[in-house]
Amino acid sequence: MGAHAHKETFVTKYLFSHDHKMIAKQFLVTGMFMATIGMLMSVLFRLQLAYPGESFKILSFFLGEKWAPGGVLDPNMYLALGTIHGTIMVFFLLTAGLSGTFANLLIPLQIGARDMASGFMNMLSYWLFAGASVIMLCSLFVESGPASAGWTVYPPLSALPQAIPGSGMGMTLWIISMALFIASSLIGGLNYIVTIINLRTKGMKMTRLPLSVWALFVTAILGLLSFPVLLSCVLLLMLDRMFGTSFYLSDIYLAGEALENSGGSPILYQHLFWFLGHPEVYIILLPALGLTSEIIANNSRKPIFGYRAMVGSILAIGFLSFIVWGHHMFVTGMDPFIGAVFTFTTLLIAIPSAVKAFNYITTLWKGNIRFTPAMMFSVGMVSTFISGGLTGIILADSALDINLHDTYFVVAHFHIVMGLSAVLAMFAGVYHWYPKMYGRMMNMKLGYAHFWLTFISGYGVFFPMHFMGLAGVPRRYYTNSEFPLFDAFIDMNVIITVFAIIGSAAQILFFFNFFYSMFRGPKASQNPWQANSLEWTTPVEHIHGNWPGALPVVHRWAYDYSKPGKEDDFVPQTVPLEEGEVDGEH
Amino acid sequence: MEILFGLLAVLVLVALVQLVRVFEITGKLSGNNQDRIEYKSNRQRAKLWLVFGVAYFAFFIWLGMKYGPALLPEAASEHGATIDTVLNFNWVIIITAFTITHILLFYFASKYYWRPNHRADFITHNNKLELIWTTFPAIVLAVIIIYGLSAWNDITGEAPEDGINIELYSQQFGWTARYAGDDNKLGDANINFINTTNPLGLITPETIKTRQDEIKEEIVKLNEQLPTVPVGGLKEEELTEKIARKERQLAKINGYSRKNKVEMFKTGDDDKLVKVEFHVPVGKPVNFQFRSQDVIHSAYMPHFRAQMNCVPGTTTEFHFTPTITTADMRLKTGNPDFNYILLCNKICGAAHYNMQMDIIVESEEDYNKWLAEQPRFTSVETAEARNQSNEQLAQK
Repeated sequence: MGAHAHKETFVTKYLFSHDHKMIAKQFLVTGMFMATIGMLMSVLFRLQLAYPGESFKILSFFLGEKWAPGGVLDPNMYLALGTIHGTIMVFFLLTAGLSGTFANLLIPLQIGARDMASGFMNMLSYWLFAGASVIMLCSLFVESGPASAGWTVYPPLSALPQAIPGSGMGMTLWIISMALFIASSLIGGLNYIVTIINLRTKGMKMTRLPLSVWALFVTAILGLLSFPVLLSCVLLLMLDRMFGTSFYLSDIYLAGEALENSGGSPILYQHLFWFLGHPEVYIILLPALGLTSEIIANNSRKPIFGYRAMVGSILAIGFLSFIVWGHHMFVTGMDPFIGAVFTFTTLLIAIPSAVKAFNYITTLWKGNIRFTPAMMFSVGMVSTFISGGLTGIILADSALDINLHDTYFVVAHFHIVMGLSAVLAMFAGVYHWYPKMYGRMMNMKLGYAHFWLTFISGYGVFFPMHFMGLAGVPRRYYTNSEFPLFDAFIDMNVIITVFAIIGSAAQILFFFNFFYSMFRGPKASQNPWQANSLEWTTPVEHIHGNWPGALPVVHRWAYDYSKPGKEDDFVPQTVPLEEGEVDGEH
Repeated sequence: MEILFGLLAVLVLVALVQLVRVFEITGKLSGNNQDRIEYKSNRQRAKLWLVFGVAYFAFFIWLGMKYGPALLPEAASEHGATIDTVLNFNWVIIITAFTITHILLFYFASKYYWRPNHRADFITHNNKLELIWTTFPAIVLAVIIIYGLSAWNDITGEAPEDGINIELYSQQFGWTARYAGDDNKLGDANINFINTTNPLGLITPETIKTRQDEIKEEIVKLNEQLPTVPVGGLKEEELTEKIARKERQLAKINGYSRKNKVEMFKTGDDDKLVKVEFHVPVGKPVNFQFRSQDVIHSAYMPHFRAQMNCVPGTTTEFHFTPTITTADMRLKTGNPDFNYILLCNKICGAAHYNMQMDIIVESEEDYNKWLAEQPRFTSVETAEARNQSNEQLAQK
């Protein structure tokens, strides 16, 4: 066939590309696709929470008669939707989608490298992720339903199919998918670390790295140290499930039968899981903070306030994130002394987090702020980071956690501080770097509409949940109607669901803008935001190798905005220092 | 119906395309003074942050006013009152920090919008300021940590010796409360002893005997089936495996039976099992022990600010002293139907949302009266008869 040669270029260019810019776009679009599914699931279970036991056509349309008989959601499917929603959002959107997109796009471009250290491994990382996504989606269609023991899949519930139907084939696929996902993360993370350490262009000292690269660097290290623990954790679970071992099982009587498993501990699983689980929160949050730092400095036309303090707090957060996992387990019966240690280390994290929040606010101070859609999302992100972070102080306090553990207060806290914040930052990143990815501009007005609808409905969904939590309403309840005590929150659940639907519908604006602008958006200039960092010195049309001639040489940090004595209010990193001019934070 | 939805989707798409075109054309028409227009709309966007800020705080206050009364009433336990004090102390700090940072954020965002021919101040850092906002939170957090941990140490300290021992036993999907009886000792239990008459698997001389007989009978029945299945087939393998399992279970139970010769397993005799609701006396410490039959559950008693996971394979503990009777709380809340509740707060399966038990706090007198009405696990007659025969055996 004549089209053979053409077809091959399509395959190497769009599918099995080694080019980090293309791989970034692959991660982004896959992440967006998975997020759509995750979001739709949340709308489905929100319908049940607002109108428990009522029939909805949309439920039977998506779930069929088996999982939504007569349009009423089945309790097992309710748990499954919550489980897969959490898994998709935490791992597929906010880990792979966020880090995968922006680490791939920004690391080589911002440090002045032709590509990642290993283009092949980078491609492999994407395809393992794509495979993991496909398997996770397949698990939605197995007869016994997808995994449904909550996104943390605690055994014994997740280990024994007799305990819940979702712990059958669906759970097996969940584990296989996660194993591939972890492999993808590890390969990707190794590549990011090696690239940042070895491939910085001349003059790009570590102290001149943009904060986005610093954040992505520490993120990759966190992933590299913690994801293998999750892998061993789920592999042991696999052994318990399939080969009769007792790592997590002991003294269980289920479905009329005394099981022979003996000597294991379900708490061991929780330790292993949260040894990843807590760094994972920062694997999500640090890239978000990094992107926001870039966008806020650029649009305030002002250096980021306290660059060194920002780097220091990223490192401090990264380190501390490894010694706080026990705060997820205060009520498992752990030794109270150990609980006290975890309370102490957890509350320490509030210090670098506070430093970061203050630095963002003071970057705005006396700035010359241009409110692009990316900047709107970034300011919104600072707000959610503060609102959600502060309630963490309460949950970190073991004595207070006793009564709030596993209530809606927790749901409110983590959705605002890492869900909303990271999603807002990811949107900010897409609006800001879209011209770099696709050579065109996104529509600004749709961007503003998208921002306000997303931001307001985000708060509208999660802020009221604090009150439910303080009233003792547990999370993961199919309905609250069995407890007259919670009747006061019937109308609140309706409000939350309405906001969830508005917020989800608003994403149509984004998707439309994203795909429409790809083909019809106005062409971007080389440096549309008048930014300093290196990615804006590359040509608009992508070329493999990023820079047509020699690699750029770096002479200054990335934050010379509004520097006195300069003609423009920005000075790209490639501009040599004048005589007597000092670089960086002076 | 589906066609309508399809049409709606197409319409939305068309509308969006047209909208974007209008934006583009109007943008081009006013192309000459783009700077001025950008200045104006940028300033508007800046001011919108103030509007949002006001709306955000208004939303917060509205929620507080509307749902404040629906929050948990005052703590009904001694340590719960401590928790509430610590919580309120934290709220003061957190809401202050929330308010100050948000006012600054929205104020700066709305004030320092882009102006032509204007430059931002080139401020890279400020050591003094940074030192202040690092040490100040550190000091505040130190107070929070010390205050919180001293409460934590009090709450999780040794259980009082004079406390009433109660076990909360969880299974998919219900609770059983077990009272320790006159000796205030909870009898031993094991999953191999669970049957329809012994849902918690308590070990007493009688249950050992019953289970031995039951399992022996099961083994006999299974062996009878053996000749009916084809030799060397899967069914035979399954059956022999099942028999082997039953034999292993019998061996475990026989182990308990040997221990029994030294007069063990009597503490379970006077235990009392109750369902649906359990009672505790006001003003007396209660030491809870938690167990689970199958998966992890969590015993959550929000009014007492108490929660502990029930983990299969191990027992966990929590103790508290109830301070307000159910009757008093009904008066306080103005709700004649009010009941303290125990609910499950760890995802445990399909009916997780409805795994509950009522808790009645009453005077010690009423409590003793109620408890006396509850049946013992081993009836007095059975226990006495057994003790007598044991004594006779010993005399021989």
